[in-house]
Amino acid sequence: MELKTHIISTIVQHKPGVLQRVSGLFTRRGFNIESITVGESETPGLARMTIIAKGDDKLLEQLTKQLNKLIDVIKVRDLEPTNIVQRELCLIKVHAPEERARSEIIQYANIFRGRIIDVSTETLTVEITGDTNKIDAFIELMTGFGIKELARTGPTAMSRGPKTI
Amino acid sequence: MNGGQAIVQALLDEGVETVFGYPGGAVLPLYDVLYDSELKHILVRHEQCAAHAADGYARASGKVGVCMATSGPGATNLVTGIATAYMDSSPIIAIAGQVATQLIGNDAFQEVDMLGITMPITKHSFRPNNPNDIPRIIKSSFKIARTGRPGPVVIDLPKDIQEAELDEYINRPFKLPGYKPTLKGHPLQIKRAVNAIINAKKPVILAGGGVIISGASKELRKLAKIIRAPVTTTLLGKGSFPEDHPYSLGMLGMHGRKVANLTVNECDCLIAIGCRFSDRTTGNIAEFAPNAKIIHIDIDPAEIGKNIEVDIPIVGDAKKVLQDILKILEKKDINSEKKEWIEKTIKFRNKCMPRMSFDKEIPLKPQQAIKEIMETIDDDTIVTTDVGQNQMWMAHFYTSKKPRKFISSGGLGTMGFGFPAAMGAKMALPEEDVVAVCGDGGFLMVSQDLATLREYDIPITICIMDNRRLGMVAQWQRLFYDERMSHTHLGEVPDFVKLAEAYNIDAEKVEKPGEVKEALKNAIKSGGPTIIDIVIDPMEILPMVPPGRGLTEIVGEYKVETKTIKKEKVEGE
Ligand SMILES: Cc1ncc(C[n+]2csc(CCOP(=O)(O)OP(=O)(O)O)c2C)c(N)n1
Repeated sequence: MELKTHIISTIVQHKPGVLQRVSGLFTRRGFNIESITVGESETPGLARMTIIAKGDDKLLEQLTKQLNKLIDVIKVRDLEPTNIVQRELCLIKVHAPEERARSEIIQYANIFRGRIIDVSTETLTVEITGDTNKIDAFIELMTGFGIKELARTGPTAMSRGPKTI
Repeated sequence: MNGGQAIVQALLDEGVETVFGYPGGAVLPLYDVLYDSELKHILVRHEQCAAHAADGYARASGKVGVCMATSGPGATNLVTGIATAYMDSSPIIAIAGQVATQLIGNDAFQEVDMLGITMPITKHSFRPNNPNDIPRIIKSSFKIARTGRPGPVVIDLPKDIQEAELDEYINRPFKLPGYKPTLKGHPLQIKRAVNAIINAKKPVILAGGGVIISGASKELRKLAKIIRAPVTTTLLGKGSFPEDHPYSLGMLGMHGRKVANLTVNECDCLIAIGCRFSDRTTGNIAEFAPNAKIIHIDIDPAEIGKNIEVDIPIVGDAKKVLQDILKILEKKDINSEKKEWIEKTIKFRNKCMPRMSFDKEIPLKPQQAIKEIMETIDDDTIVTTDVGQNQMWMAHFYTSKKPRKFISSGGLGTMGFGFPAAMGAKMALPEEDVVAVCGDGGFLMVSQDLATLREYDIPITICIMDNRRLGMVAQWQRLFYDERMSHTHLGEVPDFVKLAEAYNIDAEKVEKPGEVKEALKNAIKSGGPTIIDIVIDPMEILPMVPPGRGLTEIVGEYKVETKTIKKEKVEGE
């Protein structure tokens, strides 16, 4: 069957061990997690988890059902990829000892609506948010200068419009 | 009140009378409370037996079984038993000590990440970090363990929390917003199922352990009668439908009955209830019930479509769903073609009844031994089995008539299960006779618990099917590995009668037809624990479906009973 990337949004109890229960399920059922983000949700005590994972539809169905069985998992939804907003945060530390490189990086950052959040004599650190493609594109541009360090959060997502999960 | 006292109180509040366990440093505070508590504690000789005993207790009674152990090695010794219960949806609660909160994570003495180890084999788990939570955790654990699809719950209990004082004993379960088992089947799906059943010409019912768990045996019988469908079961479904009923085909699958396998292959509508389509039941799924519309009723939505593509899925409790289906069906006129189907099936069944009478042969044939067991015990006797040929002989030949009377480790296939599970069953239902049928290999994995049997005078009978082989593995070697019998010969030790003697337990060795019956009769009459060492033919194999093959591809000689079987009415019941 065809492997597809799925964006699974879940509401879980904000408790220790829950991330382990969720990620353990993925490992056990042979589903590859590309990224997983967790943080507080609109409701105190509940967290929202966004899981990006690759697999065929049958495996995904099994996984969603298994996730639903976890007592700490309250809601699970496979988001429709065409109708979502998703953002990822990326911090990139770029090699920039010379003036020319610096001004170029600053220009690029502006075009991508990034921000310079740290400066040293040898480096610039850029913060950029956006969907995965945009971040990939920015990283590609920075590669030429020499990326010294890079940290990405993985996407977090929700449906467009008034719909909630 | 301290944490330990709160645990015992909460267990008593749940109606627990017996727990199985083994102490150690990290559960000392709890054990100190047990010292003068009315809770009966059975000291096993290995924690694995505590878990299996709790499991047997649960399966026999439908109540929750409780076991406890210390941290680290005590806790890990429970793991096989927890996994066994998980695979077979048995409600047990395993309470394991843990090192004190401030030591957790330090690789302290006897520390192990029990929550982490057991996460994939539990329905849920808890670790209290506040003693006030203990009663609520116990209460919630019972709720989770026994409702919906039952399963094991682990409570990881730091030593300091057992010692800490509670401010208040609040005994209400936690709110569990993520836990809402679906009990009622969707009306639309139920209607679709009814239509499919009515339109079917050759319906077959496949009953699993879920039928027993939800107490749906009466409804199952009704359904079979109304639609004139033969009934086959999974291993765990054995007893959900009386196997002496003319409609019964016995067990399906790799080690199942030929008639069941061939009938499912032919059916045009398979009504699967409370089963999970394990590979041992279906054989090669590509060839499973190739002509059938499949209706699958299960309380666990994740089981539907997991292994087998289903035409009509119904999520819900088996009893409730069957009641709803029957409500509609009872008003309908069921087509008469089904009468031909059931008549043909019964005729076929009678033609391939497996042979059991070998009343002259020595060494004893296992079939003969089982026949004698059957002739000795009554319908209410609880039989447990171990794992291996002994189990499959029992599953194949033993006629189980009532639910919760046949107890066996299905999903995990755990050797060493039969004997401790029988102890647990007897503790749950002291009025019933309990017989454990074990292989010599499996029995030896837990034989140390003969001490427990004697110490608490638990009157069960252990029948050891003694072939001095790891019989089932030897069977596979004979059939699929060119008879290269790699490490499956057990040798002549021990002498089981002498072993029993060491524990001051009565034992008898039987070798000839007729002797099993006699010995078992005496054992049950004796009112004490007894071992019967049944020396059987080590070369006997059970016909089977090779792994990965379709259900029709049975190998091994299928001996058929030639004696005429009395004519049976189609109406049944
Ligand atoms: C704990 C455990 N170890 C190994 C196995 C693999 N196994 C399955 S059946 C079997 C042989 C069982 O031999 P015995 O207990 O003598 O029973 P028999 O098949 O002879 O009736 C083995 C080794 C298992 N199921 N469980």
